[in-house]
Amino acid sequence: MNRILTATVVLFLLALAGCAATPTAEQSGAAVEDRGKPVGPPVVPAKPKPDTGAKPLFEKPLGAAALKDPGNILSRRSVYFDFDSNLVKDEFRPLVTAHARYLQQNPGTKMRIEGHADERGSREYNIALGQRRSEAVKQMMQLLGARPDQIESVSFGEEKPKGTGHDEASWAENRRGDIVYQGE
Amino acid sequence: MIKEFVGAKSGKFLGRPYRVLRAVVVLISLALLPAAHAALTIEIVGTGASQFPIAIVPFRAEAGLAQALTPVVAADLARSGLFSMVDAGGLNPLPYEPQDVNYAIWRARGADAVVIGSVAPLPDGRYDVRFRLMDVAKQAQLAGFAYTANATQLRLTAHRIADVIYEMLTGGKGVFSTRIAYIVKKGKRYELQVADADGYGAQTVRWSDEPIISPSWSPDGTRLAYVSFEQKKAVVYVQSLMTGQYQAVANYWGSNSAPTWSPDGRTLAVVLSKEGGSQIYFISTDGKGQPRRMTNSSAIDTEPNFSPDGELLLFTSDRGGSPQIYGMPTAGGDPRRLTFEGSYNVTPRVSPDGKSFTFIQRNGGRFNVAVQDMTTRQVQVLTDGVIDESPSFAPNGRMILYATEVRGRGVLSAVSSDGRVKQRLTEDAGDVREPAWGPFPK
Repeated sequence: MNRILTATVVLFLLALAGCAATPTAEQSGAAVEDRGKPVGPPVVPAKPKPDTGAKPLFEKPLGAAALKDPGNILSRRSVYFDFDSNLVKDEFRPLVTAHARYLQQNPGTKMRIEGHADERGSREYNIALGQRRSEAVKQMMQLLGARPDQIESVSFGEEKPKGTGHDEASWAENRRGDIVYQGE
Repeated sequence: MIKEFVGAKSGKFLGRPYRVLRAVVVLISLALLPAAHAALTIEIVGTGASQFPIAIVPFRAEAGLAQALTPVVAADLARSGLFSMVDAGGLNPLPYEPQDVNYAIWRARGADAVVIGSVAPLPDGRYDVRFRLMDVAKQAQLAGFAYTANATQLRLTAHRIADVIYEMLTGGKGVFSTRIAYIVKKGKRYELQVADADGYGAQTVRWSDEPIISPSWSPDGTRLAYVSFEQKKAVVYVQSLMTGQYQAVANYWGSNSAPTWSPDGRTLAVVLSKEGGSQIYFISTDGKGQPRRMTNSSAIDTEPNFSPDGELLLFTSDRGGSPQIYGMPTAGGDPRRLTFEGSYNVTPRVSPDGKSFTFIQRNGGRFNVAVQDMTTRQVQVLTDGVIDESPSFAPNGRMILYATEVRGRGVLSAVSSDGRVKQRLTEDAGDVREPAWGPFPK
C-alpha cells in the first residue's frame, strides 16, 4: 500500500513538473488556479501556482488513488438526508468540500451524484425527491469551486435501496446522495 | 375476421341495440423474446352489488380444441364481478342452436341469459366460431356473431365474445380483449411484460439488470414508453410492440422520466431535470426536435397525465409545500390546484370520460387509491392497502388497476371505480409493480 502511495506521489510530481514545463492549451485552459471563483466565499483558500518541490506533499492535488483510499475522506461517497429534506447537513460538509476540491484540482474529472429516496410514496415523485437531493449536493460543490459540467445530477428515486427493511433505519439509509466518479 | 350473422330461425334482435363489430381480429405479435410461461393469476375478492345470472353452455366441438372457449368467456364475465354463473351441466343433448334452447329449464335454474355456440374446423386449418346470446325472459336472440380464428387466436376470440356479452348486458364496453403492461422484478432482474387483461400470454418486452419503471401505452396500443436505468440514469425509451425495436427519446443531462402520451399519440409529456429541478416538457414521440418546457417552477413538477380531449394536463407538484395534484391547460395558462384533502396526493390519471381522476392519497401512514370528481371535487378512497401505487384506468373507466403489497410481495390488484369489485393478480416468480392498462384494440 505504502509503495503504491509513494509511486502515486512520484507520478504526480512528475506530472506537475511536465505541466509546468510545457502547458498544453487544454491544461492551461482548465488550470484550477486560473479559473474565476464562483460566487460565495471559497472554503479552500486560493493558492499560488504549483511550484514542484516548493510545497509540502499534502497540499499537492490528490490522484485517483485517493478516491479508493479508505484513509482518505474522498473514499466516503454518501451524503445522508433527513425525511422530506434536501438540506446538506453540517456533518457532511467536509466530505462534500473534499470532493469539490478534488474536482477543482482535477479539471478533467467528472462525476455523477445519484440521489435516492426512501420507499414511501410514488416512484416518480421519489425520482424527483432524489433529484432534488442530488442537485443540492451539486450546488454546494459548485459553490466550492467545481465546474457545473463536471457534475451530473441524476436520481434513482426509491429504486435502489441500500437498506431493504421497511423501517426508519432502512429509510434513513435510503435518503442519500451517492458520489460516483466517471469510469467507476 | 369477425362478421355478424343472423341465425336461421332468429332474425330479430329485441330490446338491445345491435352493433356491428367491424373490427378485424388483429393479433399484435410481441416480437423478440420467447413468451414467459408464468401467468398472472387472478383472484376475485369482491363482487358487484347485483349480479346478472348467466348460463354458458359449452360450444359444440370445443372440447377437442387446444383451447376451449367457454371457460375463458365464463372466467372473464365472473372476474368483472357483474355476473354470476348459472350451472349449465346435466343437459343431454346440450343446446347449440336457438331452436334447441329449452327456456323453461333456464328459467328454473335462475338464468336471465344463455350463451350457446359452436366451433367448426375450416379446410384451411382455421376455425369457424359462432355464438349466440339468448334472452331467457323474451325467448329471443340478443346477439349473434361468427369469427374465423386460427388456433392461437382462440383465447382472443373468447375474450371478444365476452366483450360482446358484457356490452349487451351492462351497456358498457368490455375490456376482456385489452392488454396490460407491468414490471416484474425477479431477483436482480427487471422485466417489462405485456399480458392479456386476464393475465395470460405474458411476454417479456424488455429486460434489464437495472430498474425499469413507468410504462405508458401509446393511444393506439402499438408502442410503450417507459423509463429504464440501464445507462445508470433515468432515460425515457419508446418501444414498438410489433417490431420490438426501441429507442431513447429523452436522454438529456440529468434525469428523464414519467413519460405519458397525448391522446393524439403525437406528443410525449416527460419530466426532465436538464435545466435543474424536475419540470414537465413536451417532446415528439421519436425524440427529435427541442423539448418544449411546460412548467416553470422552482418546485417538483412530475407525473403528467393528459385529459382524454388533450386540453388539460394533470400533474403532481409540491409548489404549495406538500405534493398535490394540479391541472393546467395544455394551450398555456396557470396551473390550478385540484386536491385539497390531506398532505400527500400524487400520481393523477384522468378517467377515459374525463369526468374524474384517480390518484394516490396518503391517509395516516397508508397510501391508497382514490377517485376525485372533476366538477364536485368529491373524493372517494377505494382501497385500504398499506402501500398502493400506480393506479391505471381500464379503457372503459370501470376498473382501476394498481400495485400493492401482500406479505411483502408486490402484486397487482384491480378495483371497480365504485370500490365494490376487487381482484388480485399475483405472479409466482417475483414482485409485480407499475401496471398500465392498455387501450381498446383498434
